[in-house]
Amino acid sequence: MDNALTQPEAMISLRNLRVSYGDREILHGINFDVMHGETLVILGGSGSGKSTLLRTLVGLERPSSGEIWLKGKNIAAISTGEMDEIRKKIGMSFQGGALFGSMTVGENVALPLREHTKLEDSTIEIILRLKLDQVGLSGFENYMPAQLSGGMKKRAAVARALAMDPEILFFDEPSAGLDPIIAAGVDQLILELKQAFHMTIIVVTHELASAFLIADRMVLIDKGNVVAIGTTEQMRSSTHPRVRQFLDRIAEPAVSEELDYLQMLTEEHRHPGR
Amino acid sequence: MELTTQIGGSVTDGLAYLGALAQLGGRAAYFTFVAPFRGKPLRLQRAVSQAMQTGVGALPILSLITFFIGLILALQSAYELRKFGALNFVASAVAISMTRELGPLITAIVVIGRSGSAFAAEIGTMKVTEEIDALETMAIDPVHFLVTPKFIAMMVMLPCLTIWANSMGILGGALFGVAQADFTLVRYVQASLDALFLRDISTGLIKSVMFGITITAVGCHEGLSTGAGAEQVGRSTTRAVVVSIFLVILVDLVFTALFFFITER
Repeated sequence: MDNALTQPEAMISLRNLRVSYGDREILHGINFDVMHGETLVILGGSGSGKSTLLRTLVGLERPSSGEIWLKGKNIAAISTGEMDEIRKKIGMSFQGGALFGSMTVGENVALPLREHTKLEDSTIEIILRLKLDQVGLSGFENYMPAQLSGGMKKRAAVARALAMDPEILFFDEPSAGLDPIIAAGVDQLILELKQAFHMTIIVVTHELASAFLIADRMVLIDKGNVVAIGTTEQMRSSTHPRVRQFLDRIAEPAVSEELDYLQMLTEEHRHPGR
Repeated sequence: MELTTQIGGSVTDGLAYLGALAQLGGRAAYFTFVAPFRGKPLRLQRAVSQAMQTGVGALPILSLITFFIGLILALQSAYELRKFGALNFVASAVAISMTRELGPLITAIVVIGRSGSAFAAEIGTMKVTEEIDALETMAIDPVHFLVTPKFIAMMVMLPCLTIWANSMGILGGALFGVAQADFTLVRYVQASLDALFLRDISTGLIKSVMFGITITAVGCHEGLSTGAGAEQVGRSTTRAVVVSIFLVILVDLVFTALFFFITER
């Protein structure tokens, strides 16, 4: 295991990662590596813990135990100051875009540059144009986020995530809420970024078509555990029942145990909102 | 037993809430006074535009309300004073109760309605749409970026608004004084100024700074602790208003008592 930590090509290594909200454990010991320059898709159903995993990777949730090695540092146990330094090297595109509604698209993209660099306004202006051009939004810098369509918001969010030239790019549900054509456009954008910059990209999704298109490797998360990890071919040919069920879209059998269901309801009641 | 457990529980919750407010205020103070010397510049531009919204924007409605309050105060005190043929004391009664108490308090309540609720709604919406999370992943502290400018704006604007409110209240009283109590406007204002000590005004202003801190802390804390979903934003906004009004009255009581015992000595 210590060997795996020192492997030079591992960009992120998760070691027995556990995350809890209150006394409810969401992730029960996750182990896997993300290699340098690969696109890893984290698959999983609603409530599987895949979003929690992503939030933990970018430092929005603190793990209850375990290690996350990112750029040689265990981000599960570092100060906020050190975490901020790492955050300047990662980009995150949120599900709804999370653009600041009171700022124009251009100000949104320029914000990390204005906050963390001492670049001149004219330089920032050039970088801003470049980033918007990369995501196919040239000329939209003076629009307000509310004036953009869903797909354009996603693209603007990607431009903002790219602003600091990150080494790792995270996507939360890139195709959620988009029509198939626009969603395909976002997939295309991810592929282009991968080819152009050899960035390490981590995508959380439950869209199978998009997952198989963009992924080098996939991880299937179910009920807070890693069920399977492998290349797209390995996943397609997997015989694991949960993998088959997920890939072949077989409905969950109706709640088997009445007690389980009751427990689910009361847990929901005790921890509303999650 | 059940009752004591419940009382203990609410007291603990209340103290925890005050602790959270103090922590937020403390972090904002750090970003105002310490962080600028450690390479994190203060966002004065955001504070100024916030001050325009909370301060200048409140002037019309605040003027109208405090003018009426001054007039009401004059009418109420005249009701008692005329029994003793002492209508000329109306000016000092209005001036003292405006500057010591009602000016700061009414200003605070107007600002809670306009800005305290807006803080909770703005930050709560940002929380629901993951904008707060986005700030954090960009290594931008939400307290530095959003909360600190609001604290600065409110701590500067609330005393300014209070001075304005005091003057408008005295003007409201003057309307009655001139119409009913044989004052001229100049004599009324002169009588008001004669009745006031500097400490009447300064205690009111100290209170208004404390009100500003309280309103900002509650509004921003409620916004930041908004749960998931749009309906939670409404809940946070309502709570921000109710809790702010309660805490402002509490702070008012504490400081009024404090000033009472200090000046007695």
